[in-house]
Amino acid sequence: MIAERPLLEVNALKKHFPIHGGLLGQVTGNVYAVDGVTFDIRRGETLSLVGESGCGKSTVGKAILRLFKLTDGEVYLDGERIDNMLASKLRMMRKRVQVVFQDPFSSLNPRMKVRDILAEPLINFGMAHGRRDLTARVEALMDKVRLPRDAINRFPHEFSGGQRQRIGIARALAPGADLIICDEAVSALDVSVKAQIINLLADLQDELGLALLFISHDLATVEHLTHRVAVMYLGKIVELADRRTLFAESHHPYTRALLSAVPVPDPTAKRQRIILKGDVPSPINPPSGCRFHTRCPFVFDRCRSEEPVLRPVSNGHLSACHLDEVPGGQVLPTAA
Amino acid sequence: MSATTPDRAGFAARAFENRDLDGLHHAAAPDLPGILPVPKERGRITGFIYRHPTIFVGGLLVGLMIAIAIFAPYLDTRDPTALAPARRTREPSALYWFGTDMLGRDVYSRVMYGSRVSLMVGFSVAFCASILGTFIGLIAGFVRQIDAVVMRVMDGLMSIPPILLAIALMALTRASVQNVIVAISIAEFPRVSRLVRGVVLSLREQPYVEAAIASGTRVPVIIWKHILPNTLAPLMVQATFICASAMITEATLSFIGAGTPPIIPSWGNIMAEGRALWQVKPYIVFFPAIFLSITVLAVNLLGDGLRDALDPRLAKRL
Repeated sequence: MIAERPLLEVNALKKHFPIHGGLLGQVTGNVYAVDGVTFDIRRGETLSLVGESGCGKSTVGKAILRLFKLTDGEVYLDGERIDNMLASKLRMMRKRVQVVFQDPFSSLNPRMKVRDILAEPLINFGMAHGRRDLTARVEALMDKVRLPRDAINRFPHEFSGGQRQRIGIARALAPGADLIICDEAVSALDVSVKAQIINLLADLQDELGLALLFISHDLATVEHLTHRVAVMYLGKIVELADRRTLFAESHHPYTRALLSAVPVPDPTAKRQRIILKGDVPSPINPPSGCRFHTRCPFVFDRCRSEEPVLRPVSNGHLSACHLDEVPGGQVLPTAA
Repeated sequence: MSATTPDRAGFAARAFENRDLDGLHHAAAPDLPGILPVPKERGRITGFIYRHPTIFVGGLLVGLMIAIAIFAPYLDTRDPTALAPARRTREPSALYWFGTDMLGRDVYSRVMYGSRVSLMVGFSVAFCASILGTFIGLIAGFVRQIDAVVMRVMDGLMSIPPILLAIALMALTRASVQNVIVAISIAEFPRVSRLVRGVVLSLREQPYVEAAIASGTRVPVIIWKHILPNTLAPLMVQATFICASAMITEATLSFIGAGTPPIIPSWGNIMAEGRALWQVKPYIVFFPAIFLSITVLAVNLLGDGLRDALDPRLAKRL
C-alpha cells in the first residue's frame, strides 16, 4: 500500500487500571477500561467515538494524549510511535495533539487570566518572540474563536459556559495542533450554544485542516460534524463506518439501539425503538464471548462463548457481530 | 411594593409592561417584588462587614494585638523585668493597672510585652509549618512511589499529642523562643502536609492540569502556576488554626516551665509565676489568661471566616 499514511494510528490500544485492595494494597483486579481498540484518523478528518458512559471512550482520548502510560498497544502520530516516547521528546510532540475537555468550568484554571491561559502553550513551545508578539498571538487566537480581544485580561469566571469552551478551544489551537481531541466538548452546553460550538469547530477544521477526534455519547450531535463514526461498547469498538453508512445501514445491534434512541423531531413519526435491558456490565468483570451478549436482543449461543472480531462488512465499514456471518446477514429489523 | 427602592419599582413596572405585551401572567406579576428579597444598598466596607462579620471581628482583634505587640514600649509601660520587692503583689490600681507580681514587676507591662512572644510564636509556627508541610505534601502528592512511606511517617508524628512532642523536643534543647517555634512547628506540620497532599491529589485530576500537561507544561511550572495558587485558600485557613493552637501550646509549655525562658515575659510564664498566688492574688493569672483567650479566639474567628469566605460550600448560609 502506497496510500498516504494516516495522521493518527491507534493499534490494539489497551488500558487496564489496577484495583488495589486488601491489607497491603495488592492488586486484586483490573478495570478493563479500553481493551484492544484500533482505528486511524486522516488529516483534516473528524472521527467520532461514541458510546455509553463508562465504555472507555474518554480513556482512549487520554491515552493518545499520554496522560498515562498504556497497558498495551501502539499509537503512531504521522508514522512516529508516541506511546513509548521518552518524556523529553514527547513534550515537543504534544504540540501536535491538543485537547478540549467537557467541563468548561474545571478545564480552565480559575486563578489565571485568559491571556496567561492562552500564553502557556505558546511559551512552552517557544512560539512567541517577545511580549508584544505573545500578546499579538493571544489576540489572534481570540479572533479565531470569535471572542473579543479585550477579554484577554479577564478571569475565566467572568465568562459563560460557551465562551469558556471557546477559550478552551483557543488554548487547543494555540500550538498549531494537527489533531484536537474533543472529549465531550459540547456535552455540558445547552442546545443553542452547543450548535455554535459545533459550527465553530467545523469552521476551524475547514480553515486550518484540523483532524478531530470527537468523543461523545450523543449520536445526534455527532451527525452534524463527523466524517466517520466508531461505536464503542465496554472498551471495544463494535462498529466503525463513515457517517452515511453508519446512520443508514448500521449492522451491529448496539449501534442500532443507540440510533433508535436518537430523538426525531417529528411527533408523528412511527419508529421501532430498541430498548436495551439493564446497564452496561462492569468493566472489572466483562462478560465472556461478545461483551454485548447480556443485553443484545438478538443473542444466540455463539455470542456467549466466542468473541466476535471487528471485520469488514463492506468497504470501510467494520462491524464486530456474529450475525454478520449469518447468510443474508441482515436479519435485523431496519430502524427506519 | 411599599418596601421597594425606586429602582426596583421601576424594574417591576417594566417587567409588568413586558408581561402585558404577551398577555400572560397578569396575576403573578404584582406579587413578584414581594417574593424576592430586596437587596439593601451598602457601601463596600459595610457590605463586607455584613457578609463576613467573623473576618471583621477576628481581623480587628488580631490587628489590635499586633498593634499592642509592636507599640508595647509606648503604651505607658515600664520595664517588664524590673524587680521592685518593696512594691510586690499590689492590687490593680491607677498606678499599676493590672497590679504587680510577687517580685514587684508590673503585670500590665508584662502582659503587653508578653503579647510579642505569643504572636511571634503563633505566626512563625503557622509560617514554618505551612512551608514545611506544603513541601512535604507536594512531594507526597506528586511522587506517588514515596507517598505511602511519607504519609505513614506523618501519621506517626500526628499520633503523638503536639504538646508531648514539643516537650520532648524542648527537653533536647535549651529554652529559647526560637527553639519553642521549631518544636511546635515540628509538632504541627504533619497536619499541613496531609491537607496539601489531599488538595494536590484532587487538583492533579482537574482537567485544567491535564490540559496543561497536554500543552507541554513542565512539572515545576504546573506545581507553581496551577497547583500552588489553588492550594492557597485551604492552606491559609489551616494556617490560622495552627497559629491559634501554637499560641496555646507555647503558653502551656511556658506554664510548665519547658518553653520561653523566664527572663522573657510571655503569657504562659506570667501565669506560671502567678499560679502559686492564685487564691490570694488571682489578677496575676487572670489578665494574661484573658489576653491569651481573646487572641486565640480572634485568630480562630478569622480562620472560620476565611474558610467560609473562600469555600462557599462550607459556609452556613440561611
